[in-house]
Amino acid sequence: MKYLRIFTRSIRDSIKSVFRNFSLSLASISCITITLIVVAVSIIMSYSVEKFTKLIEKDVTIVAFISNDVADEDINNIEKQILAIDNVNTKKVKFRDKMDISEEMMTSSDVFRGIMQDWSREESPIQNTYQIKVVDIEHIGDTVKEIEKIEGITSAKYGAGMVEQMVNVFDTVRKFCIVLVVALIIVTAFLISNTIKITIFSRKREIEIMRLVGASNTNIKIPFVMEGLFLGILGSIAPIVVTILGYTKLYEHFNGHLFVSFIKLEQPYPFVLYISGVLVVIGMIVGMFGSWRAVRKYLKI
Amino acid sequence: MDLIRLRDVNKTYKNGVTAIYDMDLTIKKGEFVFLIGETGCGKSTLIKMLYREEKPTKGKIIVGGINVAKLRNSKVYKLRRKIGVVFQNFQLLPKLTAYENVAFALEVLGLPKDEIHKKVVKVLDLVGLKNKAKHYPNQLSGGEQQRVAIARAIVNGPKLLICDEPTGNLDPKKSMEIMEVLEAINKLGTTVVMVTHDIEIVKKMNKRVILLNSGRIVKDYEEGTYN
Repeated sequence: MKYLRIFTRSIRDSIKSVFRNFSLSLASISCITITLIVVAVSIIMSYSVEKFTKLIEKDVTIVAFISNDVADEDINNIEKQILAIDNVNTKKVKFRDKMDISEEMMTSSDVFRGIMQDWSREESPIQNTYQIKVVDIEHIGDTVKEIEKIEGITSAKYGAGMVEQMVNVFDTVRKFCIVLVVALIIVTAFLISNTIKITIFSRKREIEIMRLVGASNTNIKIPFVMEGLFLGILGSIAPIVVTILGYTKLYEHFNGHLFVSFIKLEQPYPFVLYISGVLVVIGMIVGMFGSWRAVRKYLKI
Repeated sequence: MDLIRLRDVNKTYKNGVTAIYDMDLTIKKGEFVFLIGETGCGKSTLIKMLYREEKPTKGKIIVGGINVAKLRNSKVYKLRRKIGVVFQNFQLLPKLTAYENVAFALEVLGLPKDEIHKKVVKVLDLVGLKNKAKHYPNQLSGGEQQRVAIARAIVNGPKLLICDEPTGNLDPKKSMEIMEVLEAINKLGTTVVMVTHDIEIVKKMNKRVILLNSGRIVKDYEEGTYN
């Protein structure tokens, strides 16, 4: 009970203090707000890119064309060499016989059938292929080059450079966001630290009296740390509102896709609620870290 | 029984100034002791060591069974709960009423509200300010403000009340009123150690008087012998 009373008192004091130094508190809150909005955007982007990348990883297939000069018995040898390449997903390497491909093409179009139906196996210009999937999409280019080096393979193709470029762009944006967030978090923590410093100075006499009458150090420190915590929570309100409304609107506006049809956005609920939770927690941690720093530095007890 | 015991205490500040030299002193429970001496004689350093605002450089200080010299910073509050301190400049919180100023001392210790109320009312009555409980410090006279500060210092029932020139800012009449309050508190069993420059008060009170000079006790007058 005693500790509960001390705790309640700390909460009351810290809320009072937020409003007592309102202009400084507002500066800290604004800083947290901006930081958390950037954090929210980064999380949504990273998540969508991650999802998109995974989708591509699942679907992008390299097709390696085998020269028609290669004897059937040597094809196994080529397969071994493909499987030996690092980035190749060994469970997803599939051989497709040229006759099967012809058959497929003829089924899909009568024009093809007209041309191809008389070709014998030897006459057919269509090549045997390997359909290969990779482990890491980012290194698909290198993998293709290695496949092309294998003797008997004329060329290897995949969804051209566009896929790679897109992944790269998103990845760069994501990295930039992370750097920006870290920088903003540091600035915010310092700003909060400064706000708490002012609070400590403005309550110097109160602190002295608390010490004189026998309040423990923890007792004295808690209200200041709580103040940081409150600044963090207050700073996360606007970003949460922006996230919930903004993301829902974005989702509706683009019909669940971001720019292009294959980048699917996550359903707004419960996604935005998870993000809101993360934002509050980050706000609280940054607030507490900032105030803890000030308490350690300026509260000489 | 001894409440305060100093053995071979030395205090040298970081700037090299030695304020207390090889001091031995014993103060019994329930005593009323004046510390007098010229400015810079070590009176303030001595009482600051008693409530562990300063640490002795050498020697042993026992206050209420606690070895103050060895007390860690994080444990100082345990000593402070046994001690009340009153200053010349009152040290009241201007935005709180007399009642709230006194209650503050108990609130920070986490006491329940009804217990706080009982204790605060009782102690304000003791210092004669029951009818001014709702006044803010700037609505009170100097003497009344000091009485609020005394009320705050004793509300938690300390064994020892340390007063650092509590009458320094008051006229002789108000000073004597404060002394009456302190004497009443002393009679209830609280040991009082008071630093003062006011020789008139010391003479009138007829208590034990310790005279300090250059960091040493030069004379220890037993009760009723100083004049």
